[in-house]
Amino acid sequence: MSAQIPEVRSTDELREKWMKPEVITGSEILLRSLLLEGVDCVFGYPGGAVLYIYDAMYGFEDFKHVLTRHEQGAIHAADGYARASGKVGVCIATSGPGATNLVTGIATAFMDSVPLVVITGNVVSSLIGTDAFQEADITGITMPITKHSYLVRDVEDLPRIIHEAFHIANTGRKGPVLIDIPKDISAAQTLFVPQTGPVTMRGYNPKVLPNKIQLDKLTQAIAEAERPFILAGGGVVYSGGHEALYEFVRKTEIPITTTLLGLGGFPSGHELWTGMPGMHGTYTSNLAIQQSDLLICIGARFDDRVTGKLDGFAPHAKIVHIDIDPAEIGKNVPTDIPIVGDVKAVLELLNQDVKRANRADAWRAQIQQWKNEKPYSYKDSDTVLKPQWVVELLDETTKGGAIVTTDVGQHQMWAAQYYKFNQPRSWVTSGGLGTMGFGFPSAIGAQMANPDRLVISINGDGGMQMCSQELAICAINNIPVKIVIINNQVLGMVRQWQELIYDNRYSHIDLAGSPDFVKLAEAYGVKGLRATNKEEARRAWQEALDTPGPVVVEFVVNKEENVYPMVTQGSTIDQMLMGDE
Amino acid sequence: MTIKNTIAVLVNDHPGVLQRVSGLFGRRGFNIESITVGQSEEAGLSRMVIVTIGDENNLEQIEKQLYKLVDVIKVIDLSSKPMVARELAMIKVKAEPPQRPEIMGVVETFRAAVVDVGTTSLIVQVIGDTEKIDAMIELLKPYGIRELTRTGVTAMIRGNA
Repeated sequence: MSAQIPEVRSTDELREKWMKPEVITGSEILLRSLLLEGVDCVFGYPGGAVLYIYDAMYGFEDFKHVLTRHEQGAIHAADGYARASGKVGVCIATSGPGATNLVTGIATAFMDSVPLVVITGNVVSSLIGTDAFQEADITGITMPITKHSYLVRDVEDLPRIIHEAFHIANTGRKGPVLIDIPKDISAAQTLFVPQTGPVTMRGYNPKVLPNKIQLDKLTQAIAEAERPFILAGGGVVYSGGHEALYEFVRKTEIPITTTLLGLGGFPSGHELWTGMPGMHGTYTSNLAIQQSDLLICIGARFDDRVTGKLDGFAPHAKIVHIDIDPAEIGKNVPTDIPIVGDVKAVLELLNQDVKRANRADAWRAQIQQWKNEKPYSYKDSDTVLKPQWVVELLDETTKGGAIVTTDVGQHQMWAAQYYKFNQPRSWVTSGGLGTMGFGFPSAIGAQMANPDRLVISINGDGGMQMCSQELAICAINNIPVKIVIINNQVLGMVRQWQELIYDNRYSHIDLAGSPDFVKLAEAYGVKGLRATNKEEARRAWQEALDTPGPVVVEFVVNKEENVYPMVTQGSTIDQMLMGDE
Repeated sequence: MTIKNTIAVLVNDHPGVLQRVSGLFGRRGFNIESITVGQSEEAGLSRMVIVTIGDENNLEQIEKQLYKLVDVIKVIDLSSKPMVARELAMIKVKAEPPQRPEIMGVVETFRAAVVDVGTTSLIVQVIGDTEKIDAMIELLKPYGIRELTRTGVTAMIRGNA
């Protein structure tokens, strides 16, 4: 089942070779610097402005280059690689349209704090600003959606810039960093002096260790709380703080919810875990937030999909906010105890003297009661396939052990609700930006990072068509992603909103004209399967699991199915539509 | 409560930094009333002075968001302390010979200066806080202002701080 993943040849001998100062081109500097940063795989698409870079890559085998079929595929793959591995994802594109095709992917990574180094070519320095062929001001265009960016003006700066870029991308609050390299810079030669030491930048010093006084305040607040609740987010996963979080919950016995991006940061089978909160969160999590008297937010940013109407969010709670980004604290919700620091570092310090929340026994019982009374539920059917049932099938047959990537929409919410994540970096989804087209290419990246794990990409029939061209990558590289399409023949989430909020006025959501997905897969040389009932579904899915390479499995499901619970915009999160159950 | 805040931002003197800072204000919905940029006391660093209108939370967010920019070294809320704030304006005012003595009277009262004399106009230069310049403009309006340019506020904390 292993994908054809790079056999990185970075032997000590080679490493020593790269470390030798030598007069080489900017392009070679780029490649060597990437190797020194530990890069084993990049995703890219060549073009005029990066020809010197691709020329330097000719016959180069020290890392794997995956040629995608669209730059958007490349950056989402790099993103999936980063999310599933914790390493920095790298992608390369040419100037102008190549660069602008990356914009959606950069914004996706920025919103979800994913470390990427994005390399774009640009026209030769002397032509910059002249509206030259394939010129775009990509640093200008991406300024609002990058953590930092560089336009390289001198080939001598290149080693430092690359080293800084990796440092910035993967420390503090992580995020995408763009390096724009004019064509003449990639051709120019200079003495390459490798950069590997610590990075010092005056304007960039993320605070890792928290203020002790604030920690003591939290310890005290836990001792006093009668209805404490933890809201944990993606920061737990990104900081590698999941074990520390588990320990924190074990010691305090405080019930916990994890946000969409926090799924897998805490084992879903744990009795204190209450499921996801927010717009499509569990009854228990939403009620618990609203009734808590102490809300401990860990590495989450009070996104509006979590909070619902802000005025009226957690009205009785003392708010504690732990985050590495000081700007998140107080941004949306006023904070009583602000704790700035790396989630893992903060939790490890807290665990040294935190004690069981002793006054919260009645609260724990209450939460158990809610959990038992109102778990996620749907009305199953024997005549039509229910998408929730399909996700449950995937969960049962893989025992929650797969890496799951999703696109955006109803299937994403069902996957979040019904797949049971027990380990971090097993869940790859576009949260903040909600990017359709993300699900499938991100799975390619996730599989490249984890050649020996089962990677399932769950998509809708809409989003699948936004990047389906990347099926070619799976076929030629034998990347064994299991590509699931939950086909309800419409833009499901839009349909749901039009039904519930726009009075059944179904405006332009019919996806009639979609390809035969089985034939589409076959056209690329990928096995395609289809299921329209439970029996077919079980059989097709088993066949997919038994097939060593990539497989597309289309599940034709009930068109009218809605995601519940649902909090409509403008409501507080305890005002949930529960559906017909 | 909405108030006028003056903040000083010490930044790397790199191309595009002004765009990063002003872009941040724009996309976060913060209001810039004026912005001035120039060299600082240290080579390689520039100081921006930004006047912005907003409440306390707004100001806190502005400071925190600015600090997220890698090119931002330091952010100082000047208006929280006693500060000296100055702005320069040049006003080209219509001035036929008979009006000139009157205009000169205004200029002297404000300790402003006439920096250019044309056949039918004068350029008046005035330095002071925003209110002083506003007042000067009001007084010169009746004569007919042909052109007006203001630098925006630059500021410093008083004393040794």
